[in-house]
Amino acid sequence: MNGAQDMGGMQCMGPVEAEANEPVFHGAWERRVLAVTLAMGAFGRWNIDMARFSREDTPAADYLRRSYYETWLYGLEKLLVEKDFVGRDEIEAALKGGHAERTAEPALTAKTVLPVLAKGSSARVDKEVTPRFATGDRVRVWNRHPTGHTRAPRYVRGHTGVIDRDHGVFIFPDSHARDGNQNPQHLYSVRFAATELWGPEAAASDKVYVDLWDDYLERLEAAP
Amino acid sequence: MSDTHDDHGHSHGHHHSGSELSEVELRVRALESLLTEKGYLDPAALDEIIDVYENRIGPRNGARVVARAWTDPDYKSRLLEDATAAIADLGYTGRQGEHMVVRENTPEVHNMVVCTLCSCYPWPVLGLPPVWYKSAPYRSRAVIDPRGVLGEFGVTLGAGVEVRVWDSTSEMRYLVLPLRPEGTEGWSADQLADIVTRDSMIGTGIVAAPSGAKS
Repeated sequence: MNGAQDMGGMQCMGPVEAEANEPVFHGAWERRVLAVTLAMGAFGRWNIDMARFSREDTPAADYLRRSYYETWLYGLEKLLVEKDFVGRDEIEAALKGGHAERTAEPALTAKTVLPVLAKGSSARVDKEVTPRFATGDRVRVWNRHPTGHTRAPRYVRGHTGVIDRDHGVFIFPDSHARDGNQNPQHLYSVRFAATELWGPEAAASDKVYVDLWDDYLERLEAAP
Repeated sequence: MSDTHDDHGHSHGHHHSGSELSEVELRVRALESLLTEKGYLDPAALDEIIDVYENRIGPRNGARVVARAWTDPDYKSRLLEDATAAIADLGYTGRQGEHMVVRENTPEVHNMVVCTLCSCYPWPVLGLPPVWYKSAPYRSRAVIDPRGVLGEFGVTLGAGVEVRVWDSTSEMRYLVLPLRPEGTEGWSADQLADIVTRDSMIGTGIVAAPSGAKS
């Protein structure tokens, strides 16, 4: 989706302001949002690409105005309703002080937190898939504008780069976010000259590397 | 749950009024209560998650990886070849670090990491990302004006240095191996780890030579 999350190359966002001695969280509610999101994710009813789409699929003005954990909170509410954990009416009732009956057991307990976090969740797929490209191939990023989740940023679409490295076979985020279909395919690190992306005013030496999946790429002639 | 005032220091160009923040706080509390009452959440598990990311996992992990690479050439080779395995050797694995890549800075090449589409960041070695990393100014400009962004961090590179920006669009997670500063010859890995900064491992900082070092 050509949404506000896809902001690479915009110039109207102001200077980067780093906070000295920044704490990990800015307020207790941020801690709770992180923890509740991870604990509910452990049920496995949604995947990371669905979670990302729940956060970016929001009016652009809201996305830009909200802080990071606010974006997580509103994304989490949507997922909880979509995946039938709670009803919207139950959330509204809870906001008015209502209570609910116990109907479930936690997916994550204090004992399982450490092993679950230390294991993580691999996006690599153990499957033989023929790569369409090899290191050194010149490629062009597709000019597509899907309305769902995608990880091909707008600033590289239609631009030419070179396959720098094949990372192996990975879950394809576009289909994974839509319906859980892994559609496994090769993932490449693609090297773009800064001047290819940003024109002659970019530094001639500089490069931008973007991880892109097989489906996003079209072949050009071999490098001279 | 006592922080009710707005002391964020959030730096993305908008303000939270006190009432706006309360609104968010109320939503979080209501949602957590609802999910706990329904049985989905173990409160002790939430406390454990928070303790892990607030107190146990952070950039000191990454600093130990860097210091080891600076002092052990075999480890450095393995780190650049298969970062996930080499970092796991030091005990750092898991969520948001399942597929690691380490890029080495040299006198000719400076690497810098961003996630333009969201906030991807190598949690097991750096902890949770700072607000600026997740903010619109950094995400938007790191790819189009990396030297300008570096300047805002006080880093000036010579024209002869190539800048390589790594946009974390997939589940690969990137860590920069910064240049070891002059004047640290003979230092132990522990001493070196103490001077490695978080920003140097994102690529928005350099590790400064220790004060009093001969140059």
